[in-house]
Amino acid sequence: MLKLPVYLDNNATTPMDPRVLEAMTPYFLEHFGNAASRNHPFGWEAEEAVDYAREQVAKLIGADPKEIIFTSGATEADNLAIKGVYEMYASKGNHIITCVTEHKAVLDTCKHIERIGGEVTYLPVKDDGLIDMAELEAAIKPTTILIAIMYANNEVGVIQPVQEISALAKKRGILFFTDATQAVGKIPVDVQKDGIDLAAFSAHKMYGPKGIGALYVRRKNPRVKVTAQMDGGGHERGMRSGTLNVPGIVGFGKACELARLEMADEAKRLSSLRDKLENALLEIEEAYVNGNKEHRLPHVSNISFKYVEGEGLLMGFNKAIALSSGSACTSASLEPSYVLKALGLGDDLAHSSLRFGLGRFTTEEQIDYTIDQIRTTVLKLREMSPLWEMYKEGIDLNTIEWAHH
Amino acid sequence: MAYSEKVIDHYQNPKNVGTLDKGSKNVGTGLVGAPECGDVMRLQIEVDDATGVIKDAKFKTFGCGSAIASSSLATEWLKGKTVDQALEIDNMAIVEELNLPPVKIHCSVLAEDAIKAAINDYRTKNGMEALKFEEKGVH
Repeated sequence: MLKLPVYLDNNATTPMDPRVLEAMTPYFLEHFGNAASRNHPFGWEAEEAVDYAREQVAKLIGADPKEIIFTSGATEADNLAIKGVYEMYASKGNHIITCVTEHKAVLDTCKHIERIGGEVTYLPVKDDGLIDMAELEAAIKPTTILIAIMYANNEVGVIQPVQEISALAKKRGILFFTDATQAVGKIPVDVQKDGIDLAAFSAHKMYGPKGIGALYVRRKNPRVKVTAQMDGGGHERGMRSGTLNVPGIVGFGKACELARLEMADEAKRLSSLRDKLENALLEIEEAYVNGNKEHRLPHVSNISFKYVEGEGLLMGFNKAIALSSGSACTSASLEPSYVLKALGLGDDLAHSSLRFGLGRFTTEEQIDYTIDQIRTTVLKLREMSPLWEMYKEGIDLNTIEWAHH
Repeated sequence: MAYSEKVIDHYQNPKNVGTLDKGSKNVGTGLVGAPECGDVMRLQIEVDDATGVIKDAKFKTFGCGSAIASSSLATEWLKGKTVDQALEIDNMAIVEELNLPPVKIHCSVLAEDAIKAAINDYRTKNGMEALKFEEKGVH
């Protein structure tokens, strides 16, 4: 049975797993205590629940529970990692290396660091979306204190060579922070094997609630510290003050446990559905996959349909299928996706892209329906596209003098 | 952001999609926008020599739903008007008719530009001077 609407925007957020909600519910009502209340059972219950969830979260990424700092989400964790390291290690240097396809939470935090006197190198990416290790190595200076490279990209799903990056960072005595928001819970992330010093991630990308995330901060080899960005009661080992979001943390823990137990099967199922979708859509003339196909999240695909504009395309089925596009029209900035542009796509191809993020509740019927709807709409819009007509007449669009506005 | 009923209707049932013979003396073609900006409109008019009335109008548009709807509506409005009457079509009339939100006003400006470009193409083909238009500057 086909279930509509189809939700394929799981990189933006995921629906909650009902099992997560079930785990959370008691912590809104009967167990409402403040985890910092040490003098009565309400506080004890809350603290116990947080401790248990902290173990569940830590276990998913091979960390010690003490290394998990709960935050309001990945954006806050990104801010805490970068600003916190910058302040804590000021005596060692002021240079940070990141890359141009990072999430805005990292890029804008780095811009802030520049405004307060720090120096940031923004590495370009290759056409497949991966960074060049030689360029990373060449960018390192005696003043470099942090390398901040994402685990997997939110728009194209490419997975950066995390182990190579961490090995290089370790060799040069630099801390390695990774925004692992899209990766944790989807593919195996192990802070030991991957050599990660700090990692940001969030519950709502893995079927948990919004408003809760974490920063992993390594405690051994080396012992990493970050300067708190939120002052107050000294919660979370003094790194993040603020009353703990107990129901959120309980839900986050449950979501991590489910991900750990079900990830392998889920990734297999989703990559086969993703491949089915992708292969079918690539049969459409002038359709191209963006980003490296070998090193990629199992549930993500980003495809450009040349000569058709992304938002116009989405409109063909957006009541039935939820997707996102790299088109300018779908963003507040009116600029096409900076990630796709960094991959060397022209603005026209960036405008023509769709991002597919499959998820735990995506069914094969939904994928079949999506293939059908997209194919029909692309063909319909091409019949309406002056660019398609020119392309078919053999006119090189680059030779036309467009009236830029 | 939700689309208005009228935008949806034009998107689903666009009026006058197609191509007129751009080599014909009676046909004026306007091609405006740029692929990098995410919209390109091509609007064509076919003018009756004797009466100066626009007999037919066609469009093809690469762009969002509002751009498609703006050009579809423009072709509807053009048919039956004289070239001089067509010059009076203002983008704000398109905005009102389609209930375009502020971020989509540029789609209506593009449609107005396409009309003017098509008229100028027709004029120059027929030995008339191209008209100068003020920049709307909303793009």
